Amino acid sequence: MSDSPKIAVVVFPGSNDDRDAALALEQLGADPVLVWHAERELPPVAAVVLPGGFSHGDYLRCGAIARFAPVMAAVRRFADEGGLVLGICNGFQVLCEAGLLPGVLRPNASLSFVCRDVPLRVERTDTPFTTRAERARRLTIPVKHGEGCYFADEELLAELEASGQVVLRYESNPNGSLADIAGLVNEAGNVFGLMPHPEHAVDPLLGSSDGRLVLGSLVDAATAA
Amino acid sequence: MLVRPKPGILDPQGEAVQRSLRQLGFPVGEARVGRVVDLELENGDPERARAELERMCEQLLANPLIESYEISVTPE
Repeated sequence: MSDSPKIAVVVFPGSNDDRDAALALEQLGADPVLVWHAERELPPVAAVVLPGGFSHGDYLRCGAIARFAPVMAAVRRFADEGGLVLGICNGFQVLCEAGLLPGVLRPNASLSFVCRDVPLRVERTDTPFTTRAERARRLTIPVKHGEGCYFADEELLAELEASGQVVLRYESNPNGSLADIAGLVNEAGNVFGLMPHPEHAVDPLLGSSDGRLVLGSLVDAATAA
Repeated sequence: MLVRPKPGILDPQGEAVQRSLRQLGFPVGEARVGRVVDLELENGDPERARAELERMCEQLLANPLIESYEISVTPE
């Protein structure tokens, strides 16, 4: 598996960035495998991506229903064993609802859907998701969401800051997220969630290819895994 | 079940409702917007029904980080 690491991209009913994520991973040298949410087991993979979209219509709260998908039990086992898990946008929301990442994503403070390129500051380049960002500590990657306002209570936020779990911050906050948080890792450092969409920024034709730095880091880490 | 944002949690929906009501001339104070879930249960015993509803709120219907809930049971 050293040449072309297999990476699972989970497809929930209502996911809509699964194919973009798979295409981007493929361009970066990985071998993506789409995995339907009803599967109880993951195929042998080196990493798992939960893509963006509107799983189960985002009814109730975004990610609240998807977290009970059969595949999520397998994703949890995979993460518990140290497997690399990346959640993008709706995938980030699912990881928070599932308790694989701390905190919660709430409706944007403006109540408006935001869809635009945002400048991001990379706080850490020693995670498996950001090693390639070493040379470019500032990234431009688009967001497109209605519920991306990160919230944690005071105590949890202090813990996150103290343990350096905030990996990406907005330089211009599009949604009211606490402490400008755009992306964070779990304590162990193998689960990462972010609201911006790196899979939509992999070609200069799209305005930015900074997303390659995030997904490419994951591919590197999966290759080494 | 009544699910509502906990006190102190920013509620942009509530703020939007407050602004609209004030524009209409209603001099309202703070507005908070939650959610009502009406459920029919086969369970005949109100005590057991309440315990079951509590588990539903904890597991799915509310996110305890940001929401509180109230349960009321009406036997038919």
